Amino acid sequence: MNDQPFFSALQKIYPKDRLLTQGVQLLAYESDALTSFQAKPTAVVIPETQEEAIETVRLCHQFGVPFVARGSGTSLSGGSLPIKDGIVIALNRLNHIKKLDPDQRIAVVEPGVVNLHISQAADRYNLYYAPDPSSQPVCTIGGNVAFNSGGAHCLKYGMTSNHILGLKVVLADGEVVEFGSESLEGVGVGPDLIGLFVGSEGLFGIALEITVRLLPKPELYRTVLAAYNDLETAGNAVAMVVASGLLPGAMEIMDRLAIKAAESGVDAGYPENAAALLIVELEGEAEQVETEFEEIMEVIKESGAYEVRVAKDAEQRLQIWKGRKGAFSSVGRLSPDYIVQDGVVPRSHLGKALAEIDRLSQEYGLDVANVFHAGDGNLHPLILFNGREPGALEHAEELAGKILKMCVDLGGSITGEHGVGMEKRRYMPAMFSEVDLETMKAIRRQIDPKEISNRGKMFPGGEAPALKMTGMHPLEAQGIISRE
Amino acid sequence: MSLQPTTLEELQEMITANRSLLPVGGGTKPALSAASNGATRLDMSRLSGLIEYEPGEYTFTAYAGTPVRDIVAALAEHGQYLPFDPPLVERGATLGGVVAANTAGSGRYRYGGVRDFIIGVRFVDGRSQLVRGGGKVVKNAAGFDLPKFMVGSAGRFGAFVDLSFKVFPEPRAYVTLKAVFPGLGPALGAISSLFTAPNEMDVLDLEPLADGRFSLIARLGGLSSALPGRIERLQSFLYAKTEAVSHEVIQAEADAALWQQVNAFAWAGDGLCLVKVPISPKRIPLLENVVHGLAPRRRYTAGGNIAWLAVSDIDSLDAVLNTVNLPGVVLFGPPGRPFIGPRPGVSLARRVKQALDPSGKFLEI
Ligand SMILES: Cc1cc2nc3c(=O)[nH]c(=O)nc-3n(C[C@H](O)[C@H](O)[C@H](O)COP(=O)(O)OP(=O)(O)OC[C@H]3O[C@@H](n4cnc5c(N)ncnc54)[C@H](O)[C@@H]3O)c2cc1C
Repeated sequence: MNDQPFFSALQKIYPKDRLLTQGVQLLAYESDALTSFQAKPTAVVIPETQEEAIETVRLCHQFGVPFVARGSGTSLSGGSLPIKDGIVIALNRLNHIKKLDPDQRIAVVEPGVVNLHISQAADRYNLYYAPDPSSQPVCTIGGNVAFNSGGAHCLKYGMTSNHILGLKVVLADGEVVEFGSESLEGVGVGPDLIGLFVGSEGLFGIALEITVRLLPKPELYRTVLAAYNDLETAGNAVAMVVASGLLPGAMEIMDRLAIKAAESGVDAGYPENAAALLIVELEGEAEQVETEFEEIMEVIKESGAYEVRVAKDAEQRLQIWKGRKGAFSSVGRLSPDYIVQDGVVPRSHLGKALAEIDRLSQEYGLDVANVFHAGDGNLHPLILFNGREPGALEHAEELAGKILKMCVDLGGSITGEHGVGMEKRRYMPAMFSEVDLETMKAIRRQIDPKEISNRGKMFPGGEAPALKMTGMHPLEAQGIISRE
Repeated sequence: MSLQPTTLEELQEMITANRSLLPVGGGTKPALSAASNGATRLDMSRLSGLIEYEPGEYTFTAYAGTPVRDIVAALAEHGQYLPFDPPLVERGATLGGVVAANTAGSGRYRYGGVRDFIIGVRFVDGRSQLVRGGGKVVKNAAGFDLPKFMVGSAGRFGAFVDLSFKVFPEPRAYVTLKAVFPGLGPALGAISSLFTAPNEMDVLDLEPLADGRFSLIARLGGLSSALPGRIERLQSFLYAKTEAVSHEVIQAEADAALWQQVNAFAWAGDGLCLVKVPISPKRIPLLENVVHGLAPRRRYTAGGNIAWLAVSDIDSLDAVLNTVNLPGVVLFGPPGRPFIGPRPGVSLARRVKQALDPSGKFLEI
């Protein structure tokens, strides 16, 4: 980039160690957790105050330089992928918990605060921050807000958006707006601006200060692990639990391959030879949970499980969750590469969807491990491939695309929690009409007239881009990203 | 003037041919739905009916003009309910009106408000275009979350055609406990103790009594066999950890009747304006100081997170809300000016307005 005035202006804000421009320094920022996309930014800035971040956005707007906000870079959809000729605004040092008020059950935090750190800080008041993405020890609340991230325990109390009460944001053209409050009611008067901002994938600007609600820690957990001889029976068990009228805090399924991965990765000690495992967890006030537990055990008994285990203490509970939470990284041990999708299907179609994934897996000759949020129909098929084989990524991508189309055809969604980002842009038209997409773009342009904030994400490009590790990536061809 | 579309196409034509439109559902919140200053009523009541309800899925889609009463009845047949507890059901509130006004009753304490259960919307915007946001599944992160944005939008951005929601299994039984506290301080102290306690409540309301005392009203829902133990535990908690001076347990029909009355805002009486103010528990003393002369009847819901004020004079309340920096929305009262007090974030709302309704087919935000 030959934007000397822009750079001089940045240099006035940042000392050398917080304005990175050298190749090696930039390496860490070239991609997010979707590593098949890589792009080198022109610079990375590391603000330490909100004012610095605001000034930076204003300069970007003034000079028309695109920027990508970045938390911990764990996005699975290419959301925090840098933009060619653009800068990365790394928010990890804006990581102060500014307020934690147990009397009102809220915390006010900066965007770089790590998700789990909020719960750790709230622990001494017997409170916690509920949304628990598996990446919670590293991912930031800013990234969670951008993607409306979820987790295993979002069945009862919802996703990130359901836990955000107030926001201070700098919009892409430099205006700073605050909305919402410390009230549980959030915005409460006028359109729900928090609802609009959360999940906007960084396309509107940067969240600088976030008021979150905290929940009292459940008094009692009852965690049940049930083993099944086939995946469909496990899927049907979910439907039975849902139909029973009980409301578990979490309901998760892992299939044979995912179990194998969990065993080799973290020594989970799950029942041997299971084709599918179902984890059901009840949580809440002790007396209510104990009564629900009796009922749920009846349901599980009827569901055809060949082995049922109940966690007797906190340690056994953690052991059950260890395999589930570590499943993604464990799959990495089974295969050199994998892609993960997170389409959603109506819960009553889970069995059908899993059977179809199995069929597709055979058709494509690729292993697919399934580990997913069964309670809300949010699939996480992990498609295993070897990226060193020519054409393997495209082949896996094609299979992924078929799975997403199936989700839409069944009345679901292309993404439950990982967001559209760079990766699923081309599937947006399967879900939304041209008018829907044009309308979203029109809103974006009112907020970001120069389209500098996370340019190129979420909306399909002029031509349908494909993921390619060989040859020129279509986005490179369009000049949006580049490799060096 | 009033228009009444019966089909989507008619609705689109009417929006093309008119301006200053105000979509109206059941008209149960007149300050938001009565047309003034030459505005044209867009009566949505003919676009009504449940479109899709799959009990096993815990989701439904209905036309925006559907009376909530019908939805409540359909859900109840399968032991399901709207956990955000929309008010004014018996008076004829419609689903679209509930979303546009963002009204949630006392029951919203446990699982959240309208925004936490809406999953999809189709609306016709000011360009007469049919736009869809969200979807029909309980979890969905694709595209901007327009369904949530529309909560509280007061008909300023378009007319809803249909709306999709997720629902929950209804607790099988309820019991209510009403405890009296010598004053506001002790009552708020009890709320903050309960906030970190393991006791789960579906409702936690705070009600000023005529003699300066306050009562705290908790409703517990769940499995019948667990309820007696839970209510006893709550009683012991209140006497051990708070300054409760007396209490009363309300069950069965009396419990149902009590909450039906609260749902209808019966406590607010007739002839007063009704205003909703989002607040946090710590700011209640401040508000109480400035409004108790102005608002003869008040109720705080959601554990002291929403103030409902019944006042005679909106202008004075507007001034007061500006001094304490709390926004409010008028439900009952003179039409034309629903938003009072400060307007945080309104510049962002106006940008969205510019995108959806550039030529001002609907009223100003
Ligand atoms: C092993 C693993 C497990 C995971 N498990 C889950 C899971 O269970 N559930 C789930 O939902 N996700 C999961 N994820 C995905 C990912 O962790 C989440 O999307 C997370 O929210 C990203 O946070 P981050 O801090 O890494 O954000 P980044 O990846 O740095 O950024 C994500 C997006 O947010 C934007 N952004 C970041 N900060 C801000 C800000 N302050 N303001 C505006 N925009 C901003 C970025 O521009 C980008 O578009 C997982 C990822 C991994 C690697």
